[in-house]
Amino acid sequence: MTKTSSILKVAFRAMGRNKLRSLLTALGIIIGVACVVATIGIGEGARIQTESQLRSLGTNFLMVFPGTVTSSGARSGWGSNSKLSEEDVVAIRNEVPTAAYVSASIRTVAQVVYGNQNWSTSIQGGEVDWPLIRSWNVAQGQFFTDADNRAAAKVCVLGQTVATTLFGSDDPVGQTIRIKNIPFKVVGVLEAKGGSMMGQDQDDTVIAPYETVRKKIMGTTAVGMIMVAVSSEDLVQRTQDDITALLRQRHRINRAAGQEDDFMIRSQTEMLQHADEQANTMKVLLWSIAGVSLLVGGIGIMNIMLVSVTERTREIGVRMAIGARGGDIRAQFLVEAVVLAVFGGLVGIALGIGIQSLVAKYAHWPTSVPPTAVALAFLFSALVGVTFGFYPALKASRLDPIEALRYE
Amino acid sequence: MDEPVILIEDLHRVYTMGETEVRALDGVSLSIGRGEFVAVMGPSGSGKSTFMNIVGCLDRPTSGRYVLEGVDVSSLDRDARALIRNDKIGFVFQNFNLLPRTSALENVELPLLYSRKHRLSDAGQLERARAALGHVGLAERWDHTPAQLSGGQQQRVAIARALVNEPTILLADEPTGNLDSRTSDEVMEIFQKLNDEGRTVILITHEPDIAEYARRVISFRDGRLVGDVPVGQRRVAGRLAAPAPVAPGPGPRAPEVHP
Repeated sequence: MTKTSSILKVAFRAMGRNKLRSLLTALGIIIGVACVVATIGIGEGARIQTESQLRSLGTNFLMVFPGTVTSSGARSGWGSNSKLSEEDVVAIRNEVPTAAYVSASIRTVAQVVYGNQNWSTSIQGGEVDWPLIRSWNVAQGQFFTDADNRAAAKVCVLGQTVATTLFGSDDPVGQTIRIKNIPFKVVGVLEAKGGSMMGQDQDDTVIAPYETVRKKIMGTTAVGMIMVAVSSEDLVQRTQDDITALLRQRHRINRAAGQEDDFMIRSQTEMLQHADEQANTMKVLLWSIAGVSLLVGGIGIMNIMLVSVTERTREIGVRMAIGARGGDIRAQFLVEAVVLAVFGGLVGIALGIGIQSLVAKYAHWPTSVPPTAVALAFLFSALVGVTFGFYPALKASRLDPIEALRYE
Repeated sequence: MDEPVILIEDLHRVYTMGETEVRALDGVSLSIGRGEFVAVMGPSGSGKSTFMNIVGCLDRPTSGRYVLEGVDVSSLDRDARALIRNDKIGFVFQNFNLLPRTSALENVELPLLYSRKHRLSDAGQLERARAALGHVGLAERWDHTPAQLSGGQQQRVAIARALVNEPTILLADEPTGNLDSRTSDEVMEIFQKLNDEGRTVILITHEPDIAEYARRVISFRDGRLVGDVPVGQRRVAGRLAAPAPVAPGPGPRAPEVHP
């Protein structure tokens, strides 16, 4: 066989002679790989953000929701007729020792007004353990007290978004705002928390004592949801089982008789798993798109290589006449295809990283390019080069030198 | 002369086109000695191109024997023939067949990249290519691409490429077909010079005055050898009205570019 360095020299010179065509040939791969790297970087960033947000809530966090209720065969929607009561909250607090913090919770949307500013936001009712459960601290002022809750005092704590919207740079603590025309005294402002995994602004909220929201704003007796913080992560499952058993007993639900639970418990771990599943589905989707674009890029390489073989028939004839064997010609065209694909892969990786850092910078979207994705994209492009370069190379090597020399 | 460089015995080459058989070569026997300068003549369709393809190891005879430097090459396979071409045969074509957008030096270097005989270092290859370019009087234009060279200069680069691997025979197929008479004379002067240095040259042409530069003329008609005569009054190149120096020859059409 001819020296490897000679084959490389021949292939690189041939590509150098046709710089524009080489670039165009590689373009399919460049775009394909750039797409792969950028989308996977962005998708991976989103996954990491979701996960970290879920983790910031605490992994030892349970939520008890009122479930669907079947009455006379008609199933009402989720939470339509809450069977959770304040007694359930007390029972969980007293009878489940692993439930470290328990808070009833209720939520509505209302207009809040301060001076000539007004803002529609979510009003959450919570109990005094709420900041501990959500691991969300007060930045200014303080959280309301248990006494406030029992007395249904008209006090509230603002999320950062609401505070800046209504007060601008002024200090809201000690001021009075109106929620549904009821005056509330602002006792504190929460730390900024950022967007949730659903993309909602978590800081766009007002927290008031549970009893106040329930009686004064909503006028209901139903508990919206019960939030529970478990004392340790290993006890989450046990606590979930304990609460399930307790609520079944209290609600007189006989599972053996086929009765359905009128509540449901979601744990953070479960949501993490769920988010992971979603991320995996997304990943499969992205990789399929990536695969298709690399395939298209590969076909582009094959296409141009075939054209190139035809166009360079004379050149191949000359090379054969001066002593190139079929194997030499095959190696030359194969090396050209692989080098173009690998070059396309490298440029594509750089471009992809560029795109995703632009997205990170201007769309404030966290991104992260996993090295495995880069390595895979690179490997794939090399493979594409070999696969799609082989046929044109074979075709070139099988040309008859006499006919090739005569080719016009 | 001792052992002939080329020994051909009863060579046949038959092409089958559909149902008709075309006897491109029909029993040719011939021997060419070392250092000869042979012109091969004949009208188109006479079999001289087929003859050249077989002598150049691009094609195989249907039957008969072709011995090149004592080796029977008539039944070698593709790869083996490629090696023989690289090693023993230097081709010069009518349309030069240089690689476009490639410097003269790199064009000349090309056969060395496929060579088994000369496994030279990169520097060694370039030096050898430079020497071959010098031999045809184009040392100073090593970095010119074919587009920057005149037809005669391009053909000289092609001759340098044919020479670079020290071939046994130089096989030129209508080398002056695309050149005017003055440039043809220049190119023929190089062939005569190379022949004077002892190289075997085979020249395919259909122009009788070009054949006169050779020492022996063989003629084909209908696939058969119909004439084999020595050239009585050999025409000597470089004696045209305007003397055209071969080296260093500034080409009439190529502007001098000094980087």
